[in-house]
Amino acid sequence: MQGYNFAYLDEQTKRMIRRAVLKAVAIPGHQVPFASREMPLPYGWGTGGIQLTAALIGPDDVLKVIDQGADDTTNAVSIRSFFARVAGVRTTTRTTEASLIQTRHRIPETPLRADQIIIYQVPMPDPLYRLEPSRPVARRLHAMVDYGAMHVKLYEDITRFGRVAVSYDHPVMVNQRYLMSPSPIPAFDNPKLHRSPALQLFGAGREKRIYAVPPFTSVVSLDFEDHEFNPQRAPQTCALCGSTTSYLDEMVIDDQGGRMFACSDTDFCEQQRQAQHDHAA
Amino acid sequence: MITLLEAHALHHRFGRTAALDDVSLTLRRHEILAIVGESGSGKTTLLNALSGRLTPQRGDILYDDGGGPRALASCGEVVLRKLQRARWGYIAQDPRSALRLDISAGGNIGERLMASGARHYGDIRAIATHWLEAVEIDPARLDDLPRYFSGGMLQRLQIAATLVTAPELVFMDEPTGGLDVSVQARILDLIRSLVRRLGLAVVLVTHDIGVARLLADRLIVMRHGRIVESGLTDQVLDDPHDEYTQLLVASVLPA
Amino acid sequence: MIEATGLDKTFILHLQGSARLEVLRNACLTVSAGECVALSGPSGAGKTTLLRSLYGNYLVDRGEILVRHQDTMVDLVTAPAETIIDIRRATLGYVSQFLRAMPRVPVIDIVAETARDRGAAAATAREHAAAMLSHLGIAPRLHHLPPATFSGGEQQRVNLARSFVCPWPVLLLDEPTASLDAANRDIVVRLINAAKQSGSAVVGIFHDAAVRDRVADRVLHIDPVTTPELA
Repeated sequence: MQGYNFAYLDEQTKRMIRRAVLKAVAIPGHQVPFASREMPLPYGWGTGGIQLTAALIGPDDVLKVIDQGADDTTNAVSIRSFFARVAGVRTTTRTTEASLIQTRHRIPETPLRADQIIIYQVPMPDPLYRLEPSRPVARRLHAMVDYGAMHVKLYEDITRFGRVAVSYDHPVMVNQRYLMSPSPIPAFDNPKLHRSPALQLFGAGREKRIYAVPPFTSVVSLDFEDHEFNPQRAPQTCALCGSTTSYLDEMVIDDQGGRMFACSDTDFCEQQRQAQHDHAA
Repeated sequence: MITLLEAHALHHRFGRTAALDDVSLTLRRHEILAIVGESGSGKTTLLNALSGRLTPQRGDILYDDGGGPRALASCGEVVLRKLQRARWGYIAQDPRSALRLDISAGGNIGERLMASGARHYGDIRAIATHWLEAVEIDPARLDDLPRYFSGGMLQRLQIAATLVTAPELVFMDEPTGGLDVSVQARILDLIRSLVRRLGLAVVLVTHDIGVARLLADRLIVMRHGRIVESGLTDQVLDDPHDEYTQLLVASVLPA
Repeated sequence: MIEATGLDKTFILHLQGSARLEVLRNACLTVSAGECVALSGPSGAGKTTLLRSLYGNYLVDRGEILVRHQDTMVDLVTAPAETIIDIRRATLGYVSQFLRAMPRVPVIDIVAETARDRGAAAATAREHAAAMLSHLGIAPRLHHLPPATFSGGEQQRVNLARSFVCPWPVLLLDEPTASLDAANRDIVVRLINAAKQSGSAVVGIFHDAAVRDRVADRVLHIDPVTTPELA
């Protein structure tokens, strides 16, 4: 392709991002500032994730992009075709085939492997931001491991609602040191972060931060001893594949208010159905 | 002599004004020391320096946590913050600045516990309930937001939220300063009984001689950043030697 | 028990053109256990100044005030603040002319505090306090009220109860019976004599000659300091 460097970003920028990634991997959960670039899509559409992908992708990589678990949303399709054009890489919807997975708000149901990298799109990297509006103060709180305020928020949720009210972006402690936002993934996905064999990278384009969870790193969701972290899953089965364990989306299917529950992870759902089909055949 | 906190030759200037001019003092365990003086005398600067909120330009502050005196300047910010979060307390004049008004009373009391590692919701609530009672707030208000509390109740809540970690040293900046006179007496009585029961050491800044007389074992009188007189509270107030102290004492309305 | 020698005290009143007011010159006093010494002299002679100096409330310019505190003689003039506080808690009692107390605190707690400061349990301290208040004619229904609304005589009896609720090796009394009626004066006289019998060294200012005669073993006469300028 003419007029663009491989994977859109120039080599200097990629080097800058890779240096930030190296630092982030060295300090698990710590938010590393980076010089976020303008990308050909608006902030909030995954500019942080795209820059990470662009800095890491090589000609041999196979890229998968999901948006809320789905491979077929406008956003996922656009980003996939973007890299197909600017890097000429192979893309896939199959989790098992991908070497690089860029995701918005989900972790695939299929367990990740050590030869895979997952890149999360992050709108707000600092879990303290609602509690501490001043950035310099929040940075000091991280430096001092001063996370009492975060527990105060959980305490308050239990007091008011009888349980922790956040069902997504539930804060985690990484490597017993840094408080980290797991990005707005459902709390259901939080356990998958813990000791994952895959390298996990997080990019916030607008906020200009990169952070990472290296493979096999401890990631613990904040909770109380007597109110343990207990993520909820809709107590339904997938209408398409019959899964009783996957995370489900609730969909309105007609004008009469009819509802259907189906896997949020479209690839997983399809693999399940394929397996049932093969089994039946 | 069991010294808890010691200041040596503190100097601090704000521009051309000397806020601290060669100030030295010692505080023993379980002792209540009042710092009195008019606005601008340097008493608040001294309190901020002693509590680690301000690093004086010259001089040392030593704190003995039981393992021998150690300079605050050398223990590093992490250690200092840990001290400030648990073994020390700071009670501000305006409780609104110290409390989270959109977090329940229980959450406010629990914050220092959680910051020190408490992770049992039920225990935190039980301790918070106990402390509400200790500061004479109806335990039924555990889940109420402090924004609906009166000034006196807010100050009592701040006291509970500070003492919950059983600190050994508490700094107080005009703890009754913003309150109605009718409420002041009650808070003073509460502070006095808690301080005695818990064996706290206290550094109290006040411009109110009456507050110092009721609470303090020892008194320091400051003017223009210098200590002009110090000693046993009743001795300094009943037999003031320094000209400024005499003026200060003479200016108090008789009770 | 208490031995003061060579006490000088001059007040310098900075607000009145640094006027010098010499009140004590070479004042001396020795009181043994079980003995009561009454200070006498004309008004302004320095009786109260001497008494307050003996308590460490006024700081003398010269001299020493030795107090037997837990079997050692301590000089109040040079002792650090914490030692004086300690001595006042366990050894040296003082009854002032007026009750000075934390507002809003019920009288029973004001009185019990003396015992609590010496380590008594809350319940025991309150029991002793109630007994002493009743002994001094403060009815039990008043025990749980703060003294602000009490009459002068009632306040003074609370003040006395606060000291007499515990035994003191040395007891300083500044006109303890000034605002009391005959019956209560009599009770106080008996309390003072009981304290002497149990070994207290008592120093007092008694305007009431009858009271003085009943409690004092000796009278120490104090003359106003005469300075050459005034003379």
